Amino acid sequence: MSATTFRFGEGNPQYDAQGRLRHLLSTEGLRERELLQILDAAESFLSIAHRSVKKTPTLRGRTIVNLFFENSTRTRSTFELAAKRLSADVLNIAVSTSSASKGESLMDTVNNLMAMQVDGFVIRHPEAGAAHLVARHLGDSALVVNAGDGQHAHPTQALLDVFTIRRLAGPIEDRVVAIVGDVLHSRVARSQIHALSILGCPEIRVIGPRTLVPEELSALGVHVYHDLQAGLRGVDVICALRLQRERMESHRLPSLDEFHRRFGLTPERLQWAEPGALVLHPGPMNRGVEIASEVADGAQSVILQQVAHGLAVRMAVLTILAGAAGGE
Amino acid sequence: MTTDWDVSALLEVMARDLRPLIDPEQAAMIGIFTGGVWLARTLHAALGLQQPLGQVDISFYRDDFSQIGLHPQVRASDIPFDVDGRDIILVDDVLYTGRTVRAAMNEIFDYGRPARIRLAVLVDRGGHELPVAADVAALRLNATAGEHIKLRGPDPLRLELEQRSPQP
Amino acid sequence: MHRIIRNIRVMDPGDGFDAVTDLAIADGRIVARRPLPTDFTAEEVLDGSGLIACPGFVETSFQAHTPGHGRDGDLASELCAAVAGGVTQVLLRPDTQPMADTPAVLQEQRVLADRLALAKVHLSGAFTSQLQGAALTEMASLAEAGAIAFGQAKEPVPSAALLRLALSYAADLGLPVLLHGEEPELAAHGVMHEGRLSIRLGLTGRPAAAEQIGVQRDIAIAALSDCPIHFPHLSTAAAVAEVAAARQRGEPVTCGVSIHHLLLTEQDVGFFNLHAKILPPLRSTAERDALRHALATGVITAISSDHSPWGVDREGMTFTQAPFGIAAVEWLLPLALRLVDEGVVDLMTVLSLLSVGPAQALNLPAPSLAVGATADLCIFDPESYFTVEPARQWSRGRNLPYGQWELRGRVRYTLVEGRVVFRG
Repeated sequence: MSATTFRFGEGNPQYDAQGRLRHLLSTEGLRERELLQILDAAESFLSIAHRSVKKTPTLRGRTIVNLFFENSTRTRSTFELAAKRLSADVLNIAVSTSSASKGESLMDTVNNLMAMQVDGFVIRHPEAGAAHLVARHLGDSALVVNAGDGQHAHPTQALLDVFTIRRLAGPIEDRVVAIVGDVLHSRVARSQIHALSILGCPEIRVIGPRTLVPEELSALGVHVYHDLQAGLRGVDVICALRLQRERMESHRLPSLDEFHRRFGLTPERLQWAEPGALVLHPGPMNRGVEIASEVADGAQSVILQQVAHGLAVRMAVLTILAGAAGGE
Repeated sequence: MTTDWDVSALLEVMARDLRPLIDPEQAAMIGIFTGGVWLARTLHAALGLQQPLGQVDISFYRDDFSQIGLHPQVRASDIPFDVDGRDIILVDDVLYTGRTVRAAMNEIFDYGRPARIRLAVLVDRGGHELPVAADVAALRLNATAGEHIKLRGPDPLRLELEQRSPQP
Repeated sequence: MHRIIRNIRVMDPGDGFDAVTDLAIADGRIVARRPLPTDFTAEEVLDGSGLIACPGFVETSFQAHTPGHGRDGDLASELCAAVAGGVTQVLLRPDTQPMADTPAVLQEQRVLADRLALAKVHLSGAFTSQLQGAALTEMASLAEAGAIAFGQAKEPVPSAALLRLALSYAADLGLPVLLHGEEPELAAHGVMHEGRLSIRLGLTGRPAAAEQIGVQRDIAIAALSDCPIHFPHLSTAAAVAEVAAARQRGEPVTCGVSIHHLLLTEQDVGFFNLHAKILPPLRSTAERDALRHALATGVITAISSDHSPWGVDREGMTFTQAPFGIAAVEWLLPLALRLVDEGVVDLMTVLSLLSVGPAQALNLPAPSLAVGATADLCIFDPESYFTVEPARQWSRGRNLPYGQWELRGRVRYTLVEGRVVFRG
């Protein structure tokens, strides 16, 4: 299937005509075995970080472009390190989104890089669907990893979260997971929900005020709570979300303080969940808003492990997609 | 087709030939997934090695990665001892082209600089494409390209010989 | 030029006539049905066997980007598309570049349209200055320059007070006003229907309630002025119910629907399909079914293609950046025949919804194939099946979600005032 013959509405663009995973755009619609393959491969990569040579020759000679239309230190640097540890060459491109014709510059940028025979793109863009657009345009000619598109998806973050849960909290099939905060505007939450469902998580809860956690979210197969205490009861894993300041300007919240009063994770409120419940946060954190420092730095927090896991998961994703590209 | 080769007897041959070459206090053993690990478990016990057993999955080191992609089931490599300056016995089931062994050695070197690596295999079937030779091989054959030799297991371990029509 | 069309099934929703007959056309009019006068001689005789003749279609929402920069189509390309779709009359939307809010723009449109002589082109003036809903336009001057209606294209009038004054002012001129009923703040920045799929895709939604509130408000304000209003593209059951209630009260309110809202749902947005991005947005299946019901019960009186072409330059945009609109006027009839095939309405009703209904909404003479009527005809082959190929359409727009759809009912001839302007 070439870029020119693709028609919209033909199906999930992360698969090729033979049904192979060629791009990672969203966790939605992934098959369970593909998800498990990524997580299992990530286990292998995790050990590499403890060796004297932290590299494998897997992607030697390939070029991966980090194409970031949005600021991000953590995601960009872990993708860069992941590609480098796989022996790929990495090109980092930060594009300003202030130019008037953003869409054209996105495709033109991609076309220019393709002319230099690059093998893959890691794309972050402030608009939903940007990575889909590029993947559809490129077809099988290069791999695309969505590193966050608007409020739509952030699949590698979700994968590292389920990887963390699987490693540190045990089998996802019998863990209750709660996602707390601004679920409506969160690409992380969306991707987490799909990944957890695919892996058989028996109960996924979303907790927050109705302006950020509308009832319609139940369409994603989650249980909606507007009360933190009720929502945390019986929960094994708590995923906090970053609260954006824009939510105040758009009148979804009266103030950060009030949000903290209702939904901030404090040591006392952690008691409402199961003893020893894990606390995850995708970062960067607003200490004292969605999460108190005592919790972020406390014994139940696995936030720094998430970062290490993120590296392994991204190595796994790049390896699997690059491997599919070679298997013509 | 299951052959009538007796794998336990062949393992005894491997252990016998390895014994004079190593110091059980200092030497360490690494099996290559999957067959090599099965064999290494038995050999490790038989030789009474003091260092814990290591295992490598060479998926990320294969020189044909770009042609065949990633094996659907990748296991974590685990080398639970310090590689630097150590005598290592690398164990695999079948030595054919030598590419797997090369990939495994590449991986081992990413953990450190061993003093020496010896290669022990169950079957050296010939057809090497790299300058790789087994220090110990329980069985040396001169198989043709159409013959496919595979170790099945883990319980019981048995060697299978399959005749395949040559690739077009 | 004199023409005879022999053995053709004439379906005239104007008077309900449906029979195989012959038609004689002369001097731009239908002069006789079978039996034709023996002394009638024709320069061209068309064989109508197996074909259906119906009144040419009337399009209430037609964007031809004239004036405009031409990248997304112009009057010539889009009128070719219209006549290829059996459309013989179009009302140009006022959201051109620059906007049709001054007489000069309308005069330019008139000159270009007359030179092309394809479909009949009707002009609409912007109802408010720059369609911003903040100031009146010179409606009398626009009417003098040829406007037969005033419109807001896809823009609501945010100020209720200004809407009231503008409708009162328009009422003096006796011309209909086409409104986009939507509560602007509730709909703000939404790029698709607010519902399950917008939640999944992380896109900002436009709630159905925004349309209901907008339409309800517009109707209530229109009732203060007696100005006839038409909503050319409603998308929700609640808004249609508001129109139905107003009509019950005897208020001069009509509404239409785009063919897209009758065939597609929010699910067609799929994985960010830009070509399913329209305004109002594609809604849920329940809303689509309610619109179909309203069509069958006569509350909705017009079907539009809401023609909005965008050229290939727009293809590389993200869903949020991409403009709203579908360009499918060429396939209006075959798409509408889907409604017949799915048992929503019968063929005669569909033909009426494409011609008589829209003409009424625009206060135009009722299309008819009676003897003496203007010979504006669409002649189509109901049994010709084909596959839609967006790359091969007359319109310069490539934005339609119907690529590879199997449809039937190719247009064979389009006649405007007796002239054959399209042969398929």
